[in-house]
Amino acid sequence: MKRYALRQLVQLTVVVVGISILSFAILHVIGDPVLLLLPQNAGKEEYERYHKLLGLDKPVYVQYWKFASRALQGDFGKSWYTDTPAFKLVIDRMPPTLYLTTAGLVAALLIALPLGILAALKRHSFVDNLCTMLAVAGQAMPIFWLGIMLIIIFAVRLKALPASGYGTWQHFLMPAFTLGAFLAPITMRLVRSGVIEIMNMDYIRTARAKGFGERKVVVKHAFRNACIPVITVLGLQFGQLLGGAIVTETVFAWPGVATLTVDSIRNQDFPVVQCAVVLLALIIVSVNFLVDIVVGLIDPRIRVA
Amino acid sequence: MKTVAAGGEVALGARAAAPETARSRVNLRRLWRFKWGVAATIVLLLVVGSAILAPWIVPYSPLTVDIQHRLGPPAWMEGGTRAHLLGTDQIGRDLLSRVIYGGRVSLVIGTAAVLISSSIGVLLGLAAGYFAGRVDWSIMTLVNVMLTFPFVLLALAVIAVLGPSLLNMIAVLGVTDWPLYARVIRAETLALREREFVMAGRALGMSHLRIVFRQILPNLVSVIVVIATLQVARVIILESFLSFLGLGVQPPTPAWGNMLGEGRVYMLNSWWIATFPGLAIFVTTLAINLMGNALRDWLDPHMKV
Repeated sequence: MKRYALRQLVQLTVVVVGISILSFAILHVIGDPVLLLLPQNAGKEEYERYHKLLGLDKPVYVQYWKFASRALQGDFGKSWYTDTPAFKLVIDRMPPTLYLTTAGLVAALLIALPLGILAALKRHSFVDNLCTMLAVAGQAMPIFWLGIMLIIIFAVRLKALPASGYGTWQHFLMPAFTLGAFLAPITMRLVRSGVIEIMNMDYIRTARAKGFGERKVVVKHAFRNACIPVITVLGLQFGQLLGGAIVTETVFAWPGVATLTVDSIRNQDFPVVQCAVVLLALIIVSVNFLVDIVVGLIDPRIRVA
Repeated sequence: MKTVAAGGEVALGARAAAPETARSRVNLRRLWRFKWGVAATIVLLLVVGSAILAPWIVPYSPLTVDIQHRLGPPAWMEGGTRAHLLGTDQIGRDLLSRVIYGGRVSLVIGTAAVLISSSIGVLLGLAAGYFAGRVDWSIMTLVNVMLTFPFVLLALAVIAVLGPSLLNMIAVLGVTDWPLYARVIRAETLALREREFVMAGRALGMSHLRIVFRQILPNLVSVIVVIATLQVARVIILESFLSFLGLGVQPPTPAWGNMLGEGRVYMLNSWWIATFPGLAIFVTTLAINLMGNALRDWLDPHMKV
């Protein structure tokens, strides 16, 4: 187990370094930050001064080293727009994003678990076919459009829910469902195939032979074992989930990191963009690491491979 | 006697026709298995055809402004006219014409980006799978970094620096979408590498390039075609999301995404402006996904994509 964890940790470090290079490159290699920062009519002298001020006259690796060592201390520079530290801006917006992600995950599970199990137990039935169709349609659905349709129906027509914003539990319903609809199709397929595979296992036959009721067989023996692949894949899909949360936030004007990032992109406020990208990536990587460890603990077969 | 002869004739005719009808019945039954795929292909052909023929079939130019008839509802609603089947937008442009034209942007970006990303992904996947060792490790680490990162976030950040334009969209989506190909192609190559015909090629002294491109690559064509088809749908959704945020294709050029973004502002009174472009995205991506799934079942039912 120790070696397994160590291997995962090495991989984690490599990925984090890779991401920091990527977000450094976004600003420093592709674009010229000075041109973005200065007004268009600025003279050459002004340009040179800022060039030096930002340390752009030094070799790229020196610049990267400075960026990385500062970032490690949570210093991504000040926002070019509001003059507050970028790190604080991003951290302040983090809780709404995490709440939305959690709510979306819960919604996805509420949709996917019952449907997936039902589809697996009644294979090739009408219900199963219906679920498959729902999953295919769900995967093709642009969720930002789904969100807007929900707003038109439930907020504009029925006036039952708030169209956007943040605060009460009613505000959570539509965004959570939208994000859930994004993740539910793949989860449902996983649950279905997992349960189908397990229902053919010997221990299920044993449980049946012992005379357990069908409900006990399904819930205690089949479902619990089907959870392992679902947890793994959901953990690895966390990046996708966060990507979906970004989309959802912008539709419902949710005050999270994603709306901050999109606003900062519009304002060309790059320290904030960089900080948000790095922190989001860091969260994804840590979640993946934890999932790997937890799965390794649950299922010894994985550690060896 | 007559009846017998007639009967004989009938029987003879039937015997002659039997293999023919039986064969076509088998073909039909095979086709019926792919009924969804066939239907989806027809829908997709309609979408592609209307996009190509747009200048000749649209009732109005997509850019013609008609302020007097702004925010006109679809024909079947109260206040709608036959002149504008799907209604008009906030400055009186015909929505049907714009939806038909909008398909051009999405389909061009989708196919172009997929051509780029599949080329990159296939080349790197072949290299990783065939050469193994350090090459494999470096490429797969890069793949892991990219897969951890939400695709949306990466595209957003790069577009922010490069600035929104059609070519930039194609470049960004093409360069960020390759890891999936690389991962699948690597796994397939690893398996093919150990097969007899590859060893025979090596024993005959074939060069690495020749083995990879003449012996391994042809075996991977169906996998590549299936992934590429499914990825077109993904790219179209992402492209429309970026345009929806105002970071993609810029108005007044009609694109499904930016129409949806503009329509969002008017959804309180004029639901149709946001609804129809989104519906177009949904129908197109659904058709592509169904076609991709059918293609996979038809080419190789065991394929894991």
